[in-house]
Order: sequence, then C-alpha cells, then structure tokens
Amino acid sequence: MGELSPFPVRASAAAGEVDALYFFIVAVSTIMTALIFFVVLSFAIKYRRRSPDERPRPIHGSIPLEITWSVIPFGIMLIMFGWGTKLYFELYTPPKNALDVYVTGKQWMWKVNYPEGQREINELHVPTGRAIRVTLASEDVIHSFFIPAFRTKHDVIPGQYVAIWFQPTKPGRYHLFCAEYCGTQHSTMGGWVTVMEPADYEAWLAGTERGASMVEEGAKLFQQFGCANCHVLNLTARCPPLGNVYGNPVKLEDGRTVIADEAYLRESILNPNAKIVAGYKRDVMPSFQGQVSEEGLLQLIAYIKSLSNPNERRP
Amino acid sequence: MSTIFEQPRVEAPANYLNVDYGWKSWLFTTDHKRIALLYLFSITAFFMVGGAFAVAMRINLASPRGVFSADTYNKLFTMHGIIMVFFFLVPSIPAVLGNFLIPIMIGARDLAFPRINLLSWYIYIVGGIFALWAAFDGGVDTGWTFYAPYSTTYSNTHVILTAMGVFVAGFSSILTGLNFIVTIHKMRAPGMTWMRLPLFVWAHYATALIQVLGTPVIAITLVLLALERILHAGIFDPAVGGDPILFQHLFWFYSHPAVYIMILPGMGVMSELVTCFSRKGIFGYSFVAFSSIAIAVVGFFVWGHHLFVAGQSMYAGTVFSLLSFIVAVPSAIKVFNWTATMYRGSISFDTPMLYAFGFIGLFTIGGLTGLILATMALDVHLTDTYFVIAHFHYVMVGGMVMAYLGGIHFWFPKITGRMYPELWAKFAALVVFVGFNLTFFPQFLLGYLGMPRRYYSYPEEFQVLHVMSSAGASILGVGYVIPLIYLAWAWRKGPRAPQNPWDAKGLEWEKAPSPPPTFNFDTLPIVTEPAYNYSGEPEKEEPLAGEQRGDRHA
Repeated sequence: MGELSPFPVRASAAAGEVDALYFFIVAVSTIMTALIFFVVLSFAIKYRRRSPDERPRPIHGSIPLEITWSVIPFGIMLIMFGWGTKLYFELYTPPKNALDVYVTGKQWMWKVNYPEGQREINELHVPTGRAIRVTLASEDVIHSFFIPAFRTKHDVIPGQYVAIWFQPTKPGRYHLFCAEYCGTQHSTMGGWVTVMEPADYEAWLAGTERGASMVEEGAKLFQQFGCANCHVLNLTARCPPLGNVYGNPVKLEDGRTVIADEAYLRESILNPNAKIVAGYKRDVMPSFQGQVSEEGLLQLIAYIKSLSNPNERRP
Repeated sequence: MSTIFEQPRVEAPANYLNVDYGWKSWLFTTDHKRIALLYLFSITAFFMVGGAFAVAMRINLASPRGVFSADTYNKLFTMHGIIMVFFFLVPSIPAVLGNFLIPIMIGARDLAFPRINLLSWYIYIVGGIFALWAAFDGGVDTGWTFYAPYSTTYSNTHVILTAMGVFVAGFSSILTGLNFIVTIHKMRAPGMTWMRLPLFVWAHYATALIQVLGTPVIAITLVLLALERILHAGIFDPAVGGDPILFQHLFWFYSHPAVYIMILPGMGVMSELVTCFSRKGIFGYSFVAFSSIAIAVVGFFVWGHHLFVAGQSMYAGTVFSLLSFIVAVPSAIKVFNWTATMYRGSISFDTPMLYAFGFIGLFTIGGLTGLILATMALDVHLTDTYFVIAHFHYVMVGGMVMAYLGGIHFWFPKITGRMYPELWAKFAALVVFVGFNLTFFPQFLLGYLGMPRRYYSYPEEFQVLHVMSSAGASILGVGYVIPLIYLAWAWRKGPRAPQNPWDAKGLEWEKAPSPPPTFNFDTLPIVTEPAYNYSGEPEKEEPLAGEQRGDRHA
C-alpha cells in the first residue's frame, strides 16, 4: 500500500470485496465517461461551424436509440444494485458466535468495554481470524463508528443499540473515526484499532489491567438498583423470570412475539411499559431512564445474557 | 441602486431598464424582469458570502492541524452549506433566469401573479437577514442538515434563528414555484402548445412542482425542531422519548427532492444552450421534456439513500437503493440527447457553449459517482466522507453553477442590452473548469481513503490531497471573480447587443428586443412552429394534436 494508492489498507475480510465492487463501478463509469467525452469532443470538432449561415438538417429523434440508451445503462445499474445489496446484507449481518465488544460513543470519545472487564478509551484491540461483533451505544448525540481499513461504518444512535461486525485479517494499527458530525471536537473523536495475531491478543488481554467482568459489574448493578427484589431467578410472582430470556422468543400481551435481544432488554429497562410480557401487569416496574448510564446498561444486559443457558437457545 | 445603470443614449428605445431610475421603481416593481435582477444581485451577494466561508474552510484545511479553532470551522462549514443551498442554489436559476425568461419564452407579458413575485423576493430577503444575522452574531454549528438531537439539545449556537431563516426563505421558494405553475398553465401565447414549450420551461415546471410539494415538509420539520429545542416536546430527542431518525426522514424528504430543485433548472438551461450553439433542434424533445417530470416524481422517493448507515431497515434501504438507480435513468437520457443534438449540427464555441461542454463533463462525473453512493455496500464506506462532498459539488457546482454561468452569459445581451467581452469570458470559463476539477477531484480520492467530512483537523497522510484541493479552490475563486468584473463593466460599457446576437430560436430572441420593454413584446406573439426550429422547416414531424388546446388559451 504505497502512499499514492487510491485504496486504503485492506485489513478485514470484507475490505477486498468492497474494493472489488468499487473497482467494477469505477471501471464502468470511466468507460462511460470516456465514451461521452469522446463523442462530445469528436462532434464538437467534426461538426464545428464552418460558415456563419450554416443551417444543419433537422434530426428529431429516434425511439430505438432512446430505448437503447435507457435500457442498457439501466441493465448495468441493476448489476451494481444487486451486487451492492448482497454485499450490504453481508456487511450488516453479524455471524453467530462472534467475539463481543461493547463500544459507547460520547462527546468526544469512544469507550470500549470487553466482556472480561478490560476497558479502553479510543483504543480497540481485536484478534485476526475471527468475527468481531461490536455493539454500539451513544450517550448523547448521533455518532458514527467508522474504520476505513475494514470498509465499515454505522451510525451510533442514542436510545438504540446497533451491532456492526468485521473479521480482521491483517495485524496493524488503523484509524477509528467518528463520521457523523457530533459537535465541537468531532474531528478529534477518533482513535486506533489494533489488530493482533490471536496469540498476541490473548497475551494482551491477560496483560491488561481488568476490573470486574461486565457480567460481574452487571450483577452488582442488578443488586444496587433493586432489580433483584423482584426479578429473582425464575420466581414469577410479579414479573417475568430472566433466566433464559435472552435470545428467546417472548410472547407479549398484545399477541406479538418478539425475540429478546439487546434492544429489547434495553427498552424493557428504560421503558418497561413499551412491551408487556403476556400475563403480567403494566406499571409495576418503574422506568430506569436517566438513572443507568449506557455503560451500566450494557453491563446489566451482559448479566442478563449470562443467565441464559446457551444450549437452550434457539438456533 | 439607480446609479448602477448608466443613463442611456437618447436614441435607446424605452425598455424595462430605462423606463424609470428611481429606487422606488426597483423596490416596488412588479415587472418580472426587474424582480429577476433584484434576485440576481441578492443571490450574487449570498454567493460571495457563502464563497468567503468556503475560502476560509479551504485555508483551514491546508494544514492537518487546522488554522482556525474547531468551533470556528464547524460554524464555517455550517454557514457555507446553509447560505449556498438555501440562499444561492435553490433560488439561483429559477428566481433569476426563470423569472426573467419564462413569461417571455411563453409569450406572456408577466408572470401570473406579479405582486406575489415581488413578495417572494421580500420573503427571501427577510429569510436571508435571519440567516446572516445568525451567521455574524456568533454563527451556528449544526451542519446545514440540522441533525437531531445535536441541534435540538446539545448545540448552544443560533439554531432557531438560522432555522427561522430557512423556514422563511422556503415560502419564497413555494411562491415562486406556484407562480411558475400557474403562468405556464394559463398564460401561454396562442399556438404555444405544451409540446412547443422550450425545454427550459419544462424543466422549470418540474422544478416548481417540487418546490410547491416539497418545501412545506422542510417548513414543518423546522417547526418541529424548534418545538423540540424550546419545549422538549419529545419528537426527535430520544432522552425525552423522541426518534432522531424521524428527523432524518423528514429532513431528506424535502432535501433530496431539493437537490433536483437545484439541478433541473440547470438542465433546462443546457437544452437551450446546446440547441442554440449546435443550431439544431433538440434530439428527442419529448424524452428530454418528460425526463424532467420523471426526475421530479421519482426524486420524491429516494430520500432513504441518505440513511443506509443510520439503522434504517435493510429492506427499506434496498428499495431506496433501487429507486436511486432508477432516478439516474432520466438524467442519463438527457445527457445522451444533448450529445445526440450535436450530431451533424453546426457547433460554435461561444462562451455559453463552453459552459455547456463543462456541464456535460462534470455532471456526467457527478452523476456516475452518484451511482457509487446509491450502491449500498459502497455507501457504507463512503457516506460522511469527502467522496460525498466531491460528488455533490460535481453536481451542484460542476453542474448547476456551470449552467447558471452559461445561462447568464447566454442571456446577458437580452437582460442588459449589451455584449460581454468574449475573450475574457472564454478565459474565465477555462479558469473555472480547471479550478473546479483541481478543487474537487482530489476529494473523491480523499473520500475513498476514509477522510471523514466536517473535520477541521485530520491525519497527516491526507494533507497532500487537501493542499491540492485548496490550491484548486484559489483558482476557482479567481475564476468566479473575473466574470463579476467584466460583466459589471460590460453592463455599462459593453457594445450594444442586437435583438438576437446568437441567431437563436425562441420568443425571447425572435420577438422581444434587447432589453425587452416593460411588457416584453410590442405586439403579442403568435406561435406557429415547434421549439428550436433551427432549420426553418414547416412543422410536420411533431403531432398537431396539442394545437387546439393551445388555441383555447388564446
């Protein structure tokens, strides 16, 4: 990757695929542009005005030509569309069994939490060779998590979780940017992604100071906020049990069935009345909006996830 | 104001310029041509303000650490965007050239509602005063897109004042559009059937539809934004139960069609320039005419392509992506038809035609890079980078501003009754073309390399391309100043223009003197031939079906 390459370094499995598609469309566009330039230029030269009273014969148009230059370019565009859509779904559909990392954006930094309890700011360490799933949350405004070397990006929306994934392939240090304007220091809301060989990554994890794991922190918060007073494992008097909730379908009182993912758990903590589980009453649980930080929410959710037995999860 | 126009020599016949010189005759005029000039001077002033912000941005970006503070830079790009989009691009061709030409082109004495036309200029000025007040009293830093919840909750700059300016200016746009629609429907001269309309008029008709249907949505959106900011109503801010993505949907529901408000009139100018300077009828008249309408209609259904990475449903994204490819087809049809029009024509290289060549080249690049952004997987990498900046500047500056300058030169003899210095004009067109490409082509490369937009500082590896871009911007700036000087000179001292210096077709050239009298024609014209009948052949290929309809309006 010389300094003058038009492509940034390719450090993820998807990067090559995105570049290939880009190359295809740029090549087609260049041919089209060259063709139009050539035709315009040759007409301009060949049919230049030779005497001031020239009166060219009229040509009114041609339906076959109009159809040709509408249908053929559109056919080529459909290839771009199909290819781009297929790749988009791949880029944005995390595989199962990815390694989880949690990232919270706030003005103007990225806070990174690893499940085992390591924490970093504006630094993200990931191993090569396996899929990494990053759950993104924002504490304030919209940010956008952008790693050019991985050719991926997703807006980070306050009040929502979004997951993004990538499979790093090449060790190195790569830019992490905030791509959505987020206020005064938007330009400096960035950092580095360090991609390491798996062994180096394990060594880094072991050698990095860690607090309690996210599950342990979540368990603490679970006590601290009084969640445990009602949601004791599998006691179903006032509220649905939390064992085996995560990843499983939940039947709601309005008849819908939803999968209890991170977004569902988050909503149930912050706005319990939004989705009431069938058989339970509304207005029993208070809202924790504004009381739990984004980081705390991620920890609580990590704890709730730990209560699920992965073997009983739906495939 | 009256001193701008030199007292004409005694022999000059009465025209709209020399009929009265008092300031009241300008500020209370209902003559569409004088109102067009009021717009011309005011949008030129806004263009210079917006351009000054751009110059400051490019100075800042010459160094990776920035020259100004982050806060200053954020305000610069915000004000640049707001001034250029809402106070230059949206009104530019419609309010200046459209205002001046549509009544003359269709053989009418004025627009349908002359006083509303003047009102829309005053509304525009009031909106502009709000925006400038905000700009010079501390500024605003949300970006021209006003994304919530930053704009509703976090920014402590003049968000509401600026939004007020945009809100107010929107009504000016709506009234202009309304005026055009009614005028084109009801005031065509005898024989001026729909299928004989100049394509400039078709393009403005399509533009006017978007202005009338789209602009109210941005008005509502900005009102909601203000409600949220003042009353914390819980519409957009998730902390009080709102949805920030809703803002983006509402904003782009107007602002994407608004892109077509900005480019369609330019396409209309192009059709006039290419036919005149090829001395040939347009190739595929009805395809060019209806492609404008197609762009206006389909353009309303592509807004979601701004939200591919914002968490919009992937299936919604798929539909928006497909529609975005579809809307590219009518634009491509236009480019192909302009090219085919030149085939076996008699092509001259007067300045307006040079701008037309520039338009075809730059708009082609702008359009094709739009396909790259419509491709979802690529948009994931490219959105919010300099690639997007480069793409829309190729369309807006490379396309619209080129067409605007081409149009200004083309109709300058008609508007002022004077000729501009051809050599200087050709030189400036060349400088603009070179400066533009040097400014914006490096930004495509920056974008793919991952340089995010709206950064006042950046990693050092991007500096080479940024310096190229800044150097180009200084050339581009010179290219814009030169016409300002020689056109101002030519207005006073240029040689007098004949009625039809280009030997062009169209009522404004064939029937109206240069400059036209207050009510445009000495005798109302009757139209007996199709548009662009450069060969002078009797009408036979065009169907005569519309004839009766046209006569009914007589």
